Formats: sequence, C-alpha cells, structure tokens
Amino acid sequence: MSAADTTTPAKVPPPRSAPPPPAPQRPRVKRTSGTAGTPWLLLAPCLLVLLLVMGYPLVRLVTLSFQKFGQSQLWGFQPAESVGFENFTKVLGDGEFWAVVLRTIVFAAGCVIFTMVIGMLIALLLQRVSGWVKTLVNIALVASWGMPVIVATTVFKWLFDADYGILNAVLSKLPGVELIGHNWFASGPQGLAVIMLLVVWGAVPFVVITLSAGLTQVPKELEEAARLDGAGSWGVFRYVTLPVLKPILVMLTTLSVIWDMGVFPQVFVMRNGHPEAEFQILTTYSYDRAFVVNDYGQGSAIALITVLLLLGVVAVYMRQMLKIGEVE
Amino acid sequence: MSAVATAGSGSGTGSGRRKSKLGWNLLGLLVFVTAGFPVYWMLNTAFKPAKDAIDPDPSLLPTGLTLSNFSRALDIADFWGPVGRSLVVSLAVVAIGVVVGMLAALAISRFAFRGRKIVIVGILAVQMVPLVAMIIPVFLLLNDLGQYDRLTGLIITYLTFILPFTVWTLRGFIVNIPKELEEAAMVDGCSRTGAFLRIVFPLLAPGMVATSVYGFIQAWNEYLYALMLLSQKNQTATVWLGNFTTKHGTEYAPMMAGATMMAVPIVVLFLLVQRKMAAGLTAGAVKG
Repeated sequence: MSAADTTTPAKVPPPRSAPPPPAPQRPRVKRTSGTAGTPWLLLAPCLLVLLLVMGYPLVRLVTLSFQKFGQSQLWGFQPAESVGFENFTKVLGDGEFWAVVLRTIVFAAGCVIFTMVIGMLIALLLQRVSGWVKTLVNIALVASWGMPVIVATTVFKWLFDADYGILNAVLSKLPGVELIGHNWFASGPQGLAVIMLLVVWGAVPFVVITLSAGLTQVPKELEEAARLDGAGSWGVFRYVTLPVLKPILVMLTTLSVIWDMGVFPQVFVMRNGHPEAEFQILTTYSYDRAFVVNDYGQGSAIALITVLLLLGVVAVYMRQMLKIGEVE
Repeated sequence: MSAVATAGSGSGTGSGRRKSKLGWNLLGLLVFVTAGFPVYWMLNTAFKPAKDAIDPDPSLLPTGLTLSNFSRALDIADFWGPVGRSLVVSLAVVAIGVVVGMLAALAISRFAFRGRKIVIVGILAVQMVPLVAMIIPVFLLLNDLGQYDRLTGLIITYLTFILPFTVWTLRGFIVNIPKELEEAAMVDGCSRTGAFLRIVFPLLAPGMVATSVYGFIQAWNEYLYALMLLSQKNQTATVWLGNFTTKHGTEYAPMMAGATMMAVPIVVLFLLVQRKMAAGLTAGAVKG
C-alpha cells in the first residue's frame, strides 16, 4: 500500500487546501514575507561566481573574435584593434574548417549513439544476470568510470601501440590477421575510431549506472500488467520502460552531446600534444589557432562557432528539459 | 524480480530459468572482461618487469611481480608535489561548489519566484558551453589579473564547470524528496529552515556525497586548464602523467605505474561511495 503511494504521487493531486486551525497564521506570514528575497539570496553566491568567471570570459570571447589579437597584443606591445567580421570570413572561407566541422559532428554523433545504445543494453542486461555477475560488472564499470581521462588515454595508447600493444598481438593470433606493427594512428579515420572507443568506454559507465537506478523506479505492477496484456519483452520495454526512463534519457543524451562535442584531451594526448590535420576536431582546431599559430582572434571565432553549433544541437533537448522542470 | 518469481506460473521450470540465466550471465561476464580489460592491462603492465612489457609476444597473465616500475616513475619527475596540488584544488572546488550549489539548488527547486525559469535556463546554458571554448578568454583574463600560475585561479575556473553540474544534480535529488514530508514537518511546528535541516538534509546527504565525489573526480581529472594555466613547476597530477609521453618517449611500463598511482585512489574512493549512490534516496521515508 505505502509502496504504491510513493510511486504514484503525481497522478493524484492531494486536495488539502485548508491548513489545520491551531497556528496557521504565524508561519504563513513568515513564509510570504520571506519568499520574495530568500531565493535570490540563496542564488547570489552561485550567480556571482558564474557571472564573474563565466560571463565575463564569454563576453571577452565574443569581443576577441572581432579583434586582431596576436602575440604582440598578448604582451601589450600593441592594443587590440577591431577588425569586424574578418576572423569569421577567414575561418568560414577555409575549406579545412568545414572538413573539421564535418569530422567533429560525425565523431560526436558516433560517440553519443554508441554510448547511449551500449549503456541501455548493459543496464537492461544487469537486470537479468545473477547477483555476483552484476557485482563484477559494476566493479569494472565504476573502475573505468573513475579512471582519469588522461590515465585512460595513456592506457589506450599502450593497448593500441604499434609494436608492443596487446591488441595487435592478440588480433594477430587470429587466422589470417597480421597486425604486428600496424599503426592505428597512421590514418585519421582509424585513429579517431580508436579515440571514439576510448570516449565510449569512459562514458558508458555513467549511463549504465544512472539508467540502472532509473530502471529500479519502473513500477513492477505496470510491467506485470503489460505482460498480462500480452506484451513481449520488446513491448514492455517500448511502452513501459522507455516512457518512464525518458526524462533520464533526455538528460543523459544532452550531457553526452555536450561532452562529446567538447572532447579534447583524448585527441590532444593521444597525438602527443600535436594532433595532425587529419585528427583535428573543432576543439583542438581552435586551440591550435590560438596557442600554436598565436591568432587568438581566429581561435575565439572558431570557439564561438562551436558554441553556437552546440546550442543549435541541444536547443531541442533544453526545451524538453524545461518541460520536465515545469511538471515538477 | 522477486515479484516475477512469485507470480511465475508452472510454465517456467527451475532448470529452464537457470539455463536462460546462464546465457545472460555469460553475456554479463563478457561485458565485465571488455570493460575491465584496460584497467587490468594497466595493472598488469605496471607490475611486470620492464623488459616483459616490450615482449613482442606478450603474455596475458602476470609474468612476475616487481615494483621497479613504480620507483622509476617516481624518479622521472616529482610526483608528490603535483598530487598535493591536485588534492588542494579538487577539495577546495568541491567544498565551495557543494555549499554554493546546494543553496542555489534549493532556491530553484523549492521556491516559486519570478525569474526562476530564467535562472534555470541560465544554469543549463552555462553547462552547455564547452570548457575548451573558454580557454582563450580565461587564459587572457587570469593573465591580466595576475592569477596565471596560481592555484586560486585554477580553483575559481574549475568552479564554473563544477557549479552548474552540482546545482542541476542536487536539484534533481531535492525534487525527488516529496514536498509533503517538509509540509508535514512545518504543520507540526517546524520552521522552514528546521524542516530543511531535519527532513530534507538527511535524505539529501547521499545525493550530496555522490555529487561531491563526482565533482572531485571531475576537478581531479581536468587536463587542459591545468596544462594551460599553470607552469611546469606548478603542474597538477594529470599534467604530470602527460609529461611521461612527451619527455621519455614510450617508456610504457613506468608510465603504467604512474597511471596506476593516479587512478587507484580515485577508483577506490569511487567504489566506496558507489553503494551510497545506489541506495534509494527516499526509500522508506514515507513508511517510517
């Protein structure tokens, strides 16, 4: 009884509008007088930090992207001068830039899709295995989740090493496969596939653990009812599990898009700090322009374009997220 | 699952169910091996003699136990300095982030006020700005403020990506705690603050721990800002590990030893807190 009550509170709005008679007045008055300022007071420190360290640089990013800002401006020898849209026209007119954009989108989309699908499958699988297998898988997942990205990247570099990497050695044991000495990073697509594997490996645990927690909230009665009505495993998943998980899935996908569009250290460290042209994605490309070529204006323009591109991708999800917020 | 077992009619015999479970278990073990292999191989390489690490036909099992890779890793560059700096930065970020984030999360989840929606949109939007995009202006800003190569600069910078996440996650945890509990306490004579401290806070503790741990790990793992905002002599642990690859070519066995030293404490911490995260937040709250 009580368990059922906790699972479906939203469906039955409690019609209690009349407060108990004894002392309703005093707390009432207190509360109404406090609510006007209290939330802003609570928010103040957070907003202050964000405005200072996020707001200002964001504005600076925009102004920089309209300026000529190089080494001499950095050292203060010359004032930064405004150049209008020159940085943008230069960047957008560059064929290499569009190749980078396309590469980034394909890379990020691959990461997100693989992460979400594999994460969902493993979360469902964990519901069906014995307790000890679940524990083992959880340990492995948490271990890989907790691995610092830099550590994971160096480990993958070692796994995929051309001469002494374990992967080449093991794959070469298969009949007809000769991979000893094969350099996975000789070609961009192959190298990025390895990096995608690394990203997915690191991202799946968070998805699995969050979805597993979500799955425990799927009401058993609903699943049973669906099953009694003749739904198969797929039917139960599609019409019971998925709708319940939808808010979590939206949140996870949103975060994955943000994170995977912002992948940087994996590529940077995997390529020893100097990603080749074939490995450049928007983040490394912007870094390269700013800190290697010393054109901070163009670097900012690229970063700004990345942000705008990302806002476009995620705007749809954000609206949905707010909808969830309203329901609560 | 127990519900299915008790409701199961005669159709699924014991052996049949065990057989189907065996298939799932095998699949689960496959996931375990795949997900765990990189971690295993890191440990395996870290503890094996350096010359076995460059065996062209490597053995999948441990070939011997040695700590020489670790001493070599500690020799190459100062290890404890970077670790100490990483600790200071991460702990400071988490402490500030959770307190400040908690207040903000309360405001947007428990108060109805004008502008609430704008604040939520703002926090969400900030979370969407990729950190990498901000490195150029942040670098210039800290340069102007004389905070380049200072830990405080790095701490403040990290707050910008820890805070939105903390606020948003804590908000989720707070929303999951039924308002009725607080209302009941207030009806019974608690003040709003009292209701929060006595009712919401204890229920929120696991969520706060989970959020803190996640924030700590995020701050500990950050690489780009630590690389760009601190000089070589003030580097953090992640950048320290990065040094291996550039300076000493491919000395993989000591590098894996270094990786192990960096990863193991974090992973252990994570495993310890995992249980608390898994524990249902409001399970039994209404019943009791």
